[in-house]
Formats: sequence, C-alpha cells, structure tokens
Amino acid sequence: MASVRQPVTIDGNEAAAYVAHKTNEVIAIYPITPSSPMGEHADEWSVRGVKNLWGTVPLVIEMQSEGGAAGAVHGALQAGSLTTTFTASQGLLLMMPNMFKIAGELTPTVFHIAARTVATHALSIFGDHSDVMAVRATGWAMLFSNSVQEVMDQALIAQAATLQARVPFMHIFDGFRTSHEVMKIERLSDDDIRSLIDDRLVHELRRRALSPDHPFIRGTAQNPDVFFQEREAANPYYDAVPGIVQEVMDRFAARVGRSYHLFDYVGAPDADRVVVVMGSGAETTEQMADYLNAHGEKVGVLKVRLFRPFSVPHFLRALPPTVRAIAVLDRVKEPGAVGEPLYVDVCAALGSAQRDNPALAEHPPVIVGGRYGISSKEYNPAMAKAVFDNLMEGRRKNNFTVGIEDDVTHTSLDYDHYLDIEPPDVTRAVFWGFGSDGTVSANKNTIKIIGEETPDYAQGYFVYDSKKAGAHTVSHLRFGPRPIHSPYLIQHAGFIGVHQFGFLERFPILDSAADGATLLLNSPYDPERTWDEIPRPVQEAIIAKKLKVYGVNAYAVAQQTGMGNKINTIMQTCFFAISGILPREEAIARIKESIVKTYGKRGEAVVQKNYNAVDASLSGLYEIPVPAQATSTVEPRSKAEAGVPEFVRKVTIPMMEGRGDELPVSAMPVDGTWASGTTRYEKRNIALEVPVWAPEVCIQCGRCSLYCPHAVVRAKVVDEQDWERLLAAQGRGLPAGNAPVEERRLGGNVLATVGEGHLPASVIPPAEGVACTLPGAQPPARMEERPSLGAHLPPTEELRRPAGLAPSLQWLPARWREPELSGKRFTIAVSVEDCTGCGVCVEVCPAKDKRAVGRKALNMEPVLPIREQAVANWAFFKRLPRVTPNAAFRYDTTKNVQLLQPLFEFHSACAGCGETPYLRLLSQLVGDRLYIANATGCSSIYSSNLPGMAYAYNHEGRGPAWSNSLFEDNAEFGLGFRLTLDKQTQFARELVERLRPRLGGELADGLLHADQESHDGIEAQRRRVAELRRRLEGARDPDALNLLSIAGFLVRKSVWAVGGDGWAYDIGYGGLDHVLATGLNVHMLVLDSEVYSNTGGQASKSTDLGAVAKFAVGGKRTPKKDLGMMAMSYGYVYVAQVAMGASDSQTIRAFQEAESYPGPSLIIAYSTCIAQGFNMTFSAAQEKRAVDSGHFILYRYDPRLRAQGRNPLQLDSKAPSIPLREYYYSENRYRMLAQSDPDQAERLLAEAQEHVRERWQLYDYLAHRPVAEAQPELERA
Amino acid sequence: MDLSTTYLGLKLKNPIVPSASPLSRHVDTIRRLEDAGAAAVVMYSLFEEQQHLESLQLDHYLEYQTEAFAEALTWVPTEPQYKLGSEEYLEHIRRAKEAVQIPIIGSLNGISCGGWTRYAAEMQQAGADAIELNPYYVATQIKDTAQEAEERVLAITREVKGRVSIPVAVKIGPCWSAMGHMASRLVEAGANGLVLFNRFYQPDLDLEALEVVPHLTLSTSEEMRLPLRWVAILYGRVPADLAITTGVHTYQDVLKGLMAGARVTQMASELLQNGIGRIREILAGLSTWMAEREYASVVEMQGSMSQQNVADPAAFERANYMKVLHSWRPDPAGQLFRAMLP
Repeated sequence: MASVRQPVTIDGNEAAAYVAHKTNEVIAIYPITPSSPMGEHADEWSVRGVKNLWGTVPLVIEMQSEGGAAGAVHGALQAGSLTTTFTASQGLLLMMPNMFKIAGELTPTVFHIAARTVATHALSIFGDHSDVMAVRATGWAMLFSNSVQEVMDQALIAQAATLQARVPFMHIFDGFRTSHEVMKIERLSDDDIRSLIDDRLVHELRRRALSPDHPFIRGTAQNPDVFFQEREAANPYYDAVPGIVQEVMDRFAARVGRSYHLFDYVGAPDADRVVVVMGSGAETTEQMADYLNAHGEKVGVLKVRLFRPFSVPHFLRALPPTVRAIAVLDRVKEPGAVGEPLYVDVCAALGSAQRDNPALAEHPPVIVGGRYGISSKEYNPAMAKAVFDNLMEGRRKNNFTVGIEDDVTHTSLDYDHYLDIEPPDVTRAVFWGFGSDGTVSANKNTIKIIGEETPDYAQGYFVYDSKKAGAHTVSHLRFGPRPIHSPYLIQHAGFIGVHQFGFLERFPILDSAADGATLLLNSPYDPERTWDEIPRPVQEAIIAKKLKVYGVNAYAVAQQTGMGNKINTIMQTCFFAISGILPREEAIARIKESIVKTYGKRGEAVVQKNYNAVDASLSGLYEIPVPAQATSTVEPRSKAEAGVPEFVRKVTIPMMEGRGDELPVSAMPVDGTWASGTTRYEKRNIALEVPVWAPEVCIQCGRCSLYCPHAVVRAKVVDEQDWERLLAAQGRGLPAGNAPVEERRLGGNVLATVGEGHLPASVIPPAEGVACTLPGAQPPARMEERPSLGAHLPPTEELRRPAGLAPSLQWLPARWREPELSGKRFTIAVSVEDCTGCGVCVEVCPAKDKRAVGRKALNMEPVLPIREQAVANWAFFKRLPRVTPNAAFRYDTTKNVQLLQPLFEFHSACAGCGETPYLRLLSQLVGDRLYIANATGCSSIYSSNLPGMAYAYNHEGRGPAWSNSLFEDNAEFGLGFRLTLDKQTQFARELVERLRPRLGGELADGLLHADQESHDGIEAQRRRVAELRRRLEGARDPDALNLLSIAGFLVRKSVWAVGGDGWAYDIGYGGLDHVLATGLNVHMLVLDSEVYSNTGGQASKSTDLGAVAKFAVGGKRTPKKDLGMMAMSYGYVYVAQVAMGASDSQTIRAFQEAESYPGPSLIIAYSTCIAQGFNMTFSAAQEKRAVDSGHFILYRYDPRLRAQGRNPLQLDSKAPSIPLREYYYSENRYRMLAQSDPDQAERLLAEAQEHVRERWQLYDYLAHRPVAEAQPELERA
Repeated sequence: MDLSTTYLGLKLKNPIVPSASPLSRHVDTIRRLEDAGAAAVVMYSLFEEQQHLESLQLDHYLEYQTEAFAEALTWVPTEPQYKLGSEEYLEHIRRAKEAVQIPIIGSLNGISCGGWTRYAAEMQQAGADAIELNPYYVATQIKDTAQEAEERVLAITREVKGRVSIPVAVKIGPCWSAMGHMASRLVEAGANGLVLFNRFYQPDLDLEALEVVPHLTLSTSEEMRLPLRWVAILYGRVPADLAITTGVHTYQDVLKGLMAGARVTQMASELLQNGIGRIREILAGLSTWMAEREYASVVEMQGSMSQQNVADPAAFERANYMKVLHSWRPDPAGQLFRAMLP
C-alpha cells in the first residue's frame, strides 16, 4: 500500500542522512568535506527530538577523528545498536582498520560515503572514487547511487540488505556532484521505510551482541592453524549478498515504484557498444546513449550499482548479447595497475564468462578502460559521446582519459566542446554571485519555490570558489516538466544572472549563454550608462548571440532597503520577473512566502527588510537596448604583463582567470611542487574601502602592520637618498600614471605589474623584492565630503615632499622617531589590490588626530579614487630598499617587528581573520629559516590552495619551506623535519671536521662553534657556509660532495608544526603529545579558534561551555580542554598562551622565547574567527575581551627560568576584570544559546563563570608558589 | 493607617513601585521586591531597537560568509528555534505573574510606529496589568522640528493604546517646550498616566582614549525636584494618574512626591545601591511620619502641595527662579566649595 510521499527539494547529503537517522540508534560522527552535512543534519535532528523508525531519538556523538568514529561505531554495533557514520576521503581511510574488523565479524551496518578524492600530490576536497576504491578490500558491500533520489532510495536498500546479509555496506555517492546537488525528489515515507526494515533482523542483531548475560568472546587472536579457514567460513554470506540486494530492490520497487538492479542496463537492446560506469556519470552517459540511439546508433549503458560483491552472473545477464565493444569508466586512478578497479573486474567477469561460454569466447567483445571525473573534473554528454565514439572500429583506445588534454602520454579523447543535447523544454539558468552576497541561498530558495509549489522538477548545483574572502559562486539551475538527469554544468543557458558587474571583465561568462538568452546584470551604473560600461568583447558576444539584456542596481536597492550587501532577494525577484517561469504576481507572492519560511524565525525586522527589497526590486529593473554594433571602449586588462615569470604567466594566471580546465597535462608539475609566493599575482581587488595612511597622525607604533591579517599594510624605514634616486628614475622612466580613475576596474581581477622591469637597473637601488607602497598621498575626492575626518588639514612640519617627484608618486614620509636608525625615514604602505577591506588596521591604530579625533593614522577610504595611484606606489615601493639596522637593533617590540618583511602575504583567509597575524609574525621573525608542517584546515587552505601560494620569499630567495601532510599527523610530520635537520646537521658537522684541513681551521671552528642566537649570528653563519661552498667548489671527493649537498643545515633552522584546535586538541592530539614528550626541538603553533573553522563550525574540545557549534547545537556542556596545562605537566616543554589583541608585546615575546627554547614548545594563540559570530573588524578588541574576562589567560611557561631560581610560570594577564557574560554575549556562538534556550544558557554561563574563577585561582597559585616547591615532579623530569 | 493608592486603575497596597530597571530581570528578585513591600513592579524595558538589532544581528551571523566556500557552506547550526528578546520578555512576564500577587507593568521603549508596537498587545496577553510606554526620542537631526518630535510621541501613544485594553502610562522626558500642553495632548492621545521623568543617560568623554563613552550614574534625591515641580503643576489639570520616577530615595522623597500629586513614586537607584530591603525601611519611615502627623491615608495627602493647593502657586513658576537667584550670596572664603570636596 503506497502512502503519500512528500516531494522535497534537498541535496544528496540530506537524502542519505534522512534515511540513516530513521534507521539507526547510534550515530558517531566526525566532520570531513563533503560528508559533514550528513552528520550535522543527524545531530540537529536528534537535538530537536526527531525520532527514528522505532520512536526513539538516535544518540549522536562527535568523535575526535574518523578513526575514533569508526571505533565507536564498531563498539556500539558489538553492543547491539543499529549504528552508522558518514565520511569521505582520508576519513574513510582512517576507518579502514575497523572496517576490516566490522566486516570480519559479519556486522550489519551502512556507512554513507560522499566519495572524495584522496590526497596524493595535493589535497582535493572534490569528488571521485579514490577513497572507496582504496578500501574495497575491507570486505564491505559497495552500493553506488547516481542521483539524489537514488541516494534516498538506496540508503534504505542498503540498510535493509545489510540487516539480512550481515555484510556491512558502504553506500556511496559522488562528493559534491550528488552530495551537494539540490534536486526535487520524492521523500520516502515512514511506512516505506518500515516496510523494508524487518524488525526480526534488528532483534537478531541485538541477540548476536556482546552481553555479560550470555557471554562469549569476539576479537580473538588466531594462529596459522585456523585463521585462513575462518576467513573462508564467511564465504556463503558474501555469496548471498547479490541475491539479497536484488530481492530488497525488488521489494522496494513493488512498494515505491522505482526499480533498481545490481546492474541496470539502459539503451538499445541490441547495442553493439556499451559503456560500463557507476556514480553520477552514469546519468550523463545514459543521456548521451538516448541521444545517440535517437539518431540511429545502437549503444547502451550498464550502470553498476552493487560493485562489491561483484556478481558475474548478474553482470552478464545485464549485458546485451550483441555487444562488440565495452568501455569501462573509472572515477579513480590506480597508478601502475593494469587498469582501474571496475575495468579489471569487468575484464575478469568477461574472462570467466568466456571459460563457460564458448560462443562468447569465439567473439569476445573488446574491452577498453578509461578515467573520467577525477577530483570533480567535469563529465558532460560531449565527453560521454567521445567515450562511445572511442568504441568504434579502428579507435578503441585503452587506458584513456576524457575531460582533460593529455599531451604527455596522450591518453585523452577529444570531444566536441559545443555539443548540446539537452531537451528544449528544460529551463537552464546560470547565476554568477559574489561570495556571500546570498546568490546561492536565493537560488536554493528558487528551486524550493519551483520544486515544491509547482509540478515542475528542479535541480541546482553550485560551484564554489576556494577563497574564503572575496569568493565567487556559480549556480546552475534547471527546471523542467520531467525528472532531471543532468549531473553536469550548464553549457547553454537561457538565462544568465551576473550579480557583480566586475565579473564581466574577469570571467568568460557568456561562453555558457545560448543564442537568444536573457542576461540580467547587477549594474552600479545608471541605465543610460550601463551599456557603455560593458567590456567590448562582452558587448560583441551579446550582439552575436542576440541576447536580451536587463539591468538593476541591486546594491543601491539593497542599501535603500536595509539589506546591506545582500542582493539575493533583489536578484531573485528580477529573475522571476523577466524569466517568466511563473506569472509575475504569483512569483512575488511565492518569494514572500519563502521569505517568511526562511527568515520568519529570525524576527520581524528581517522579514520586513526582505519584503521591502522585493517591493523595491522591480522599480529598479530596466531593459537595456542592444545596438547593432559594439560601442564600448572598455577593453579587459591584459592579465599577464611583463615581468611575470613564465610559469606564472602560462599556468598560474590562467587558473586565476578561471581557465584552469584548459591547461594540458604538460603544464603541470609532476610531483605536486609549486612555486612559493604567487598570491602577489592575484590582485583580486575585493575591497571597496581600503586604509589610507595619515603620516602626520602616525606614531609609528607598528600595530597596524602587526595586526593586518592579509599583510597588506607594511612599514619600512628607508634611506632618503634611496628613495630620491628611485623617484628621480621614476620621473624619467615612467609615465606620470596619474590617469583618471577607471571605475570599471573595480572588482576586476587586475594582475599586478609588481614593478619588475620598469626601471633601468643602473638607477635602481638594490631591489628588496618586498612589496611596500606609498600612502594615498592625495586626499581622495570623497574625503571632501567627510570633513569630520580632517582630511583638509595640512601636513605637519615634519613631513616634506622631495623635489622632482612624479605627480603620481608624491610621498610624504615621516621622520623615524627612534634613536636607533635616527635620521632615517619611515613610511606605511598599503597594497590596496590585495586588501580585503576588513578595517582591522584602523581599529587597532591608537593614534588620533588631535584636531579631529575620529581621524586616525589610518582611515578607511573608498578605493576607487585612489587605486591608480596606490598601485603605482606599490610598484615603486617594492623597489625601495629597507635600511639594514645594526646588530644592536632588537626585533622584540611591535615597533621594530613591523620593519621585518612578512613572508606570508595575501592569502585567501576571511577578511579580518584572527589566525593569520600570528603566521605573518612568525614569517617575519624566522621566515627565512623556517620549516612549517601545516595540519590540514583553514591554515593550510588559505596558504596553499591553488593558484595562490601565500608563503613567499625574500630578495635572497629565502622563505618558509611549507608542506601539509594530513590533518591528524601534523606534529609527527614536523618532527620528521626536525629529525632530518638534526641528523643532517650532525653529519654536516662531522664532514666539516673531516674536511678541516681543506676548509681551514678558522672557518671550520667558526662553522662548528657559531653563536646563532641572533639575526647577526645567523647571517654570519650564512656567510661562513657561502665561504665553505666557495672553498669546496669543484671538489669531487665524496665527503666534499656530501658536505656541499647538506651545508645549508649548518645554519640554524626553526621547525614549526602549525594547525588549528581541531588538529591540536582533537585529531592530532596523540601525535602532538608524543612530539612534545620527545623533548626534541619542534615548536607547535595552535591557532585556536575554538571551533573547526575550515569544515564549517563544528565543536572541538577547545570549544568552551555554552558555545553553540555544530555537533553542540544545545551549547557545549563541557569546558574547554586546558591543553597548555597538560603540556606544562611535562615540565620541560615551553608553553605559552597568547592573544595578540590583548597584548602584542607578550605575543612577540612568547614567539621569540619559544623559538629560542632548545626543546619542544607549544604556543596556543587565541584566534578570532567568523564562526564565533562578531564583527571581525574588532578582532583585536574581542581578543582583549576574551582575556579580560578570564576566558583566556595569557602566560608563558619557560622551563629555563628554574635554573635562575624563578618560577617557570609567568602570568601575563591580570585577574578577570569583566564578567564572563560581557565577553560571552558579545559573540553570536554564545548568544545563540541564550536565544534558543535561555535557561540553559544562564546555567552554562554560571558554570563557565565559576570555571573561569577556579582556573584563574589555580594559575595564580601556580605562578606565585615559591619556586623551590613550584613543581617538584617536573624537576625530576 | 491606609497606605494604599490607585494607579492606572490598579489598586495598590502602597505608593512604592520599583521602576524599570535590572531589578525586574529575574523572577526571584521580583518576588523579593514583593516581599519587601513593593506595590507593583514596572518591568525592565523591551526596547524597539533591541528587538530590531537582535533580529538583524541573528540574521547577519547566520548568513555571514555562508554559501561561498565549498567546505563551509554554513558556520552555525541553523535548526534551533530562536527565542528572540520579545519572546523571552513575554515569557518572563508570564512567569512573574505566576510568581507574585502584585501588579506587573510591562515597559515598552521605542521611537517609531509600526510592527513592534504589537509587543504591547503581546504583553497584555502575557498577563501584564498595564503598559508603561517610554518613547525616548532624542531629536538629533537638526532639521527635525519640535512639532514633529511631539507628533512622533503622540502617534506611538495612539498606536499602542489602539492595540491594548489595559491602561497605558507614558513615561516622558522633561525636554518639551510646553510641558503642560504636551501632557494634555498625551492624555488626549489615550495615556492613562504620565510618568515624570525619564532620566536620560548622557554620554561622557574619555580623555585617555579620546572616545565618547556611555555613562551611567545613579540618581540622587536632588534630581527629584524637576519631576516634583511638574507633578505639582500638572496635578488636577490633566486627567491622568501621575507618577514620579527620578530621585526617589527616602521616605521623605515619597512624601514629597505624593504631596505634589503623584499616585505612586517609582524608584530604582536607591534599591540598586542599597538593596531591596530599603522598600521596607522607607515604608516604615512613611508610616511613622504619617502617624506622627496623624495622616490617616496616603490619599489624604496626594496633591496637597500641588500648585493648585499651595498658598503660593508662583513658587512653581518663574518667580521661583527669581527667588532662588536672590537667595544666592557670594562665598568669598570658598567654604561651600571646600565642603563639597570629599
């Protein structure tokens, strides 16, 4: 009996989680992209009290790693609960040991896998089958779903089958393509689910569980006598799986109506060519097969659903007898294998069939294998056609690839890039949005409106950027009268929405516009001017493709209606108005209904402002007449200008322009090695306002550059003669550069000229290679409207304009105020094209104009009027050498540290990120001799996500050596660096000793006994090493050659393992603890944001009491783990807690002490994060609040002090001076609990306040105990 | 001795009412106020701006940086049902009503007409016995006229009155050009009572940080004289119950307020500073004083020293100003100044 099934528009993750939550009792989870949302859904449903099929709320627990989750699942299953988990990629690999055991014990369970690439030469969060194929030997059944509907259906089929078969199941669907595709599907009813789940089998599972009431032993150790036999004893269970799965599928079909088979064949019954494929690519291939068959060909697709156990009989029965050629598509690469897993299985299946079937043996079909879709590489019908075409007589390339151009080993198939086979009655729309402007959420709403309020089907897929700040998104939406089976990007859209005008210049947007399509532009210009501002090539495409063009100034409407920068509702309204997909009035009514649904629970003000935006949108919408000829004078900027290294020009820049897909194999490094310091070429121009220096107000304290998260604010002390020479050269060699500002460049991805090659070498002082710019010396036009900022005030006397300046480079440096370097000049510089506009620098600036205190030494100003000049200044200042201080100059204050060159710059972290100032500081202090082992997480992604590499190098070519191993092993990875350093240093010293006669006693002694505690000492050692190389030049004996290859190790290096709290407190804690315990000289920097930031805000053990996070929806019930205290208990580990916003001097001191400490050190750096929920402009103030409230205590624990008879623990912050409430409720993560469960919030706050008090008392006591009895147990250590 | 009074149609056991302050944030405290003798409690204010801000803030942080970065499409759980400030407030009124016998007066603070005034109706539904409306408006826009400022307050009063059937008192500030006229117009607009005066917290300048900082100081008895004057003037002339709410610290202050014409005297600073027990002490002082002077009831003295009922009505007018000026004498020895030093 069929029950009513609700149509829902959800993504694959939600579909899987829905069934999993219904059919399990215990769920152990750990976040990993792209599977995290499954765990989040399950957790939130359980918190809300949603019950499973048996009327009880599943117990959800977050573990410390996937390994932990698998262990917990294993245990819960053994104890008799229906248990599941969700994972992907490395997470699945961490589960592997338990998976062997779970299968070996014939334990029914289903793991839902959003299949994702396993990191090899690089990490990738995107989808392929490398993870599931890597664990295919574990003995688990592997059931693949190809679409969102199938995910829901087969999640249930897998659950029903595992209970019956006792063999555990991986239920697999493609990461992102299916896990994140939003689709209108039919939700299974509780009755549907109940009809397939046999309670007797559940009782059986419980009966088999461990219990002292009927004891037995499982998990024995076995010997050669019986292990093998027992391994074979389970064979019948595996033999039975295919039959059981098919039987369940048949029962499902009888009940629900959708029919599945282990191998589903579609296409011509008499096909001569067949493609075997599994995953979402099967849908695409099927679409192409239908098309080819409609055009007279005879082809088919064999969709593999149950890959393991592989049922040869079922496979053979599904294959049409007429087949002459088979292509097997694998979404995985197995280097060195005969072929990829599915290909090998198909070959083996047909091979075994030929043994039994002489007819088949006589005319065996040709089988070729190929790879597609690796790491979510696009796989579309045109590529599928290439695969079918490859099966024609005379072609049949084996071991092929499709979707890339392989010009090295020539594996790739050519395909027709312009082929369009989609039915005309499917509406296709593509929207280009800017980061978090709401475009994607509006599109998801649109899909819901159409999917749930009309009979039409809807599909949405969203391509996200890898940047955290200033990202762009592309939404692909389809609507149509039939279910949509097109899991690929739209290539021929009838509607294109461009939600940021600057994108027209940055991306090839109209490539995907069909002829006669509608183009909707969010234009900041007047209706009359908009057409002229469209770049000429875009105009030409509009005319050639006969597009209808509409404009709306959505930012203006958003501002007027209180929407800020959120233009989603406005663009959505305009889309409905001009696409005609629904009658206009109805569309508006639907949008308003959806606003109430989406925002209603956030309060009336939010609903009202969205209503206002809807009402105001249409009045601003206008059609732009398209003339017969292009008229624009706006030409896109050349992206690759002179002076850019060839590799960057040919590889990096195309990637920056969104053309990475076009790069051939030959363009790629072979081993994952990429050049440092390429973020400087991105010039993303994402800030609307940037800081402008007011030298007459500046007190040269250095806070702005110290706090600038993106290292765009720089300070320099320079020699007057150097800049005057450079200015003079500039005046001769360059155009004035004071051209009128081109507004159209705003938002354009303008790549820097970065100065190289602009000046004749003879007139340039030695280039430092460091980026540094002038202030915007001329007050921008807008400042005249801001009299309160005092821009009209004349410069103070201590400033002067050197004569003979080019007009564009008027420089107003200040006199350096300190006695060291007296007589020199000081300037602050801003790289406006790399700035995110976070405003942190302005907020931390303590200097205020005496005549108008609202004006500081840095003030945010609109970028448009000053950008041209600032860009020119930036190029100029890169060439200006820093003054080299003498040996007495100490980099131990903010004021002095600002003069060090950052070797970490322009990364892709969020605007105002609280982590990155620490990394920049580290790179300034020791960047030229720094090894960084970086745990996977925010800090690895914003540093090294292609194409921009944020770790840079100085003019001598030195900079941080950076690598990422995994999430869980980072401390150990760093330890590995140290082991090599120690070993090779030791070896180098031995060789110096051996080669003493050739090197000379003085040099050898100098090398062996160098004092490398200071910058000067290190420089001196570098000079000695250079001399060593000179003296050994041309040597051929092994010792000399060995020494030459490792002489660099004689210069002291600094090894830092860097990561977030997810690494240090949770998944990597075991390793971190072990490395600290080794006593070896490895430094740990924990960027403690108190939450899993990179994967979207899940609770870590650093999350404090009462904070709301994912997996802690009801507020975390336990206090933050005191990692520092645990590390201090060793007694020989340097430990510090720092919060730059509370004390920058203490932070600098801690970094320097840790670095100088000759053993392990641990710095826990309080890091603000957008997941905490406050205005990131005030990051520094928020850090101070955290410290003032006692939430975070500043201290340094230096074991060296004991030798001086001092207490090693020094408290650097005072007793809590503000109530914890004041800190807590200034952040959304705590406030949310007060808003959802006020009583609980108050209870947890009171508990947290008490905890703060007790912790302070403990630290205060420890810091003030007499040293003799401070920590006697540590003395022994 | 009868200490009872009526205010906004409510029969109160005495004239002491804790005014809107943090004291009413916890039900336990409200219970203690009742135990100490408070006749009614004005709840802490539900602020219009706060409602909007909370709502917009929540929306902002739920949406901020979402759907932009592939690994983190959201940053916080989106499923919980949020109880924004208003819900919490209404729930608080409900609980307070269950906990105590004395009337609970809801307090609504805002400056615009529109949807937010529905909270008045919701307060009534939650059990509030009356509403104290506090249209605290600082006309900082130079182009705003006095008439516009008045109209704004009157419009809100009318709107709130239109939404509820319980009495509404309007708490006003002293900065009206024509206080008497404004008071009468508020009554025309529907106000059942007038609460004199709202105490505006004035910002201060921090000379170290060179910043404007909020500055909260508790009132002193000295400050009571301004509302005292206006209660005395308005008593008997506008058909509304009057309440005094600034500078009430002692039983003498209460007596003065009553004699000027107040039905009740509201206090907060004194209780915040010296504890809720002060109500008991003040009531005792009041009783003793009345007994000594043989007053039988509070009602007897209400308005007894209003402008209408004193021998010298001019004392409340400009003449009073002249009188003060003439009473001033030079202080060449600086004795007064020194006496002011701590």
